[in-house]
Amino acid sequence: MIRAYRIMLLARLLDEKLASLYRMGKIHGGVFLGKGQEALSVATGMALRPGDVFAPLIRDGAGRLAFGEPLLDAVRTYLGSPLGPMRGRDGNVHRGRPKQGLLPMISHLGAMISVVNGALMAHRFRNIAGTVGVASIGDGATSTGSFHEALNQAAVEKLPLILIVANNRYAYSTPNERQFACKSLLDKAAGYGAQASSINGADLWDCMAKIKTAVESARVSPQPHLLVADLLRLCGHGEHDDASYVLQELKSSALGRDCLELAARKLTSLGLASEKDLQSWKAEASSEIEKGVAQVQQEPIPDPYKEDWCAIATREMREGRDAHQDPDTRAATE
Amino acid sequence: MITYLEAIREAQARALADDQRVFIYGQDIGNFGGAFKATKNLAREFPGRVIDCPISEDAMLGMAVGAALNGMRPIIEVQFADFSTAGFNQIVNQAATMFWRTQIPCPIVVRLPGGGTSGGGPFHSQSMEGLYAHYPGLIVMTPATVEDAYAMLLEAVALDDPVIFCEHKYLYYHLKAEKLPAESHKPARARIARAGRDMTIVAYSAMVHEALAVADELAAEGTEIEVVDLRYVKPLDTDTIVASVARTGRLLAVGESFPWGGVTAEVLARVATEGFALLDAPPQRLNAKDTPVPYHPNLWAAHRPTARSIASAARNLLRL
Repeated sequence: MIRAYRIMLLARLLDEKLASLYRMGKIHGGVFLGKGQEALSVATGMALRPGDVFAPLIRDGAGRLAFGEPLLDAVRTYLGSPLGPMRGRDGNVHRGRPKQGLLPMISHLGAMISVVNGALMAHRFRNIAGTVGVASIGDGATSTGSFHEALNQAAVEKLPLILIVANNRYAYSTPNERQFACKSLLDKAAGYGAQASSINGADLWDCMAKIKTAVESARVSPQPHLLVADLLRLCGHGEHDDASYVLQELKSSALGRDCLELAARKLTSLGLASEKDLQSWKAEASSEIEKGVAQVQQEPIPDPYKEDWCAIATREMREGRDAHQDPDTRAATE
Repeated sequence: MITYLEAIREAQARALADDQRVFIYGQDIGNFGGAFKATKNLAREFPGRVIDCPISEDAMLGMAVGAALNGMRPIIEVQFADFSTAGFNQIVNQAATMFWRTQIPCPIVVRLPGGGTSGGGPFHSQSMEGLYAHYPGLIVMTPATVEDAYAMLLEAVALDDPVIFCEHKYLYYHLKAEKLPAESHKPARARIARAGRDMTIVAYSAMVHEALAVADELAAEGTEIEVVDLRYVKPLDTDTIVASVARTGRLLAVGESFPWGGVTAEVLARVATEGFALLDAPPQRLNAKDTPVPYHPNLWAAHRPTARSIASAARNLLRL
């Protein structure tokens, strides 16, 4: 649990650093934080092991770190460093390392679920047993056709898909009651022949136990499992959003408790950590982040003249002479 | 004799036999053998590798991407090209961007039975090549011959990129060849389907055959038409097109898809920008009409270019 807490803490502090870089105008585009969802996210990442597949969503900084994504990947992708996995070609949360099982999300919600299914199908074809795939989504993505198609597909193919819904009550600004009319999102699973479990998203211990159980069960008996976590996003959709639409009564309810604070309190009350430990972990995490950010800020920025502007792997089949491209930057490619 | 459809079936059989990474996923393709029988008996010959999919184009194509990233070479049969719009997002946003974003190749083949047959109507007749060619990251093939259907499909499976393979349903049964080629052509080049000196008609897929019929017809009137079969609409072989126009001085581009934008517009744009001085007359294009594809044979035959309307456009161009 200490490892889980420390990753949550690192993710929270990294988010805060990214938000501050955003306010300083150092980050192009948006910044999307996971505040309030770290317990669910870290539990997801920690339940997985190398060889598994993970398609995180925008609030999965903690899960990414737990799954093994280097902290520098986040910093480099937000700052557009050409040394990062996306090399300035894609930014912020749109990062991944497919060879390591970490899928880079596209913005279209629900679209990653069937990609996880495909990875699991490939494992089956290649006789790789015992692996699982996790797709993270929010309450909003459960309204998409992609969600429906992919969950049905996983059930038909009996794939070990763990589909984790962070029901943080709002899809951007749209509340649950404008998103779906069933009593609980758990009800959706029955229609596909999938299992379903609910999670208290504010409680790290509950997240760890429920996700681990689902993952370990899917490893030995492959079938999809829908997990729905109840929690509240303790920030805006992105840093551009003040989240003024979140009802005060939700914020002050049990749902609005901060999973990181709850975990710290429980660790100390169980005698697993002292106040001093908490302080020193925080200092260590901050220093790791400061070091990473300082390093990336020294790195080169993408150079359009060095970019090869080729979107296909078969280079000899790229569109060669194209009179309609900017001749200035085109010259670098030829 | 082997048909265009049988060539596609044979290419898939060979791909499955030669490469353990290949599997086929699509609707009704298993025991049933596909709506057009392009996978006839393949499920029996290659157990577990020719798989029926739920009617879920988005999940079907998303699954292909995930499998391709994990060492497989999926062939996706979309039952009709028209239905690929239901999986459009996975093709253009997921598959097409993957290599650019991650440098990890995404080798999938999306087979699209497209183009008109009479009676197909608005949702079983569309030509989608222009739509997909618009997106970076995709290769778009439009074979016009039995030999190309076979060789280019094998090439598509071997390529490390997502390939949109546009098969023409009209050619499925109408087109026959003596035998299949042993080796594939030089990739990504257009083909001079017929040499001539008075005018170039650039066509692809089923329109190549309409253009060849026009070339025969006008040859009797003393006009020598050169027919360029594009074979690939992306990458577009500008060199072969411009070289042909250099010989003939006149260009007519013919396509079966809707008229706004698309392949014929791209051909004209390239010739106008790169070969303007080679032209003796304004370049022309002929496409389907700007309406959905009609159902009744009388309307359908008037909607798409045919040998009659191409001949008329060609005669007009000769007078310019």
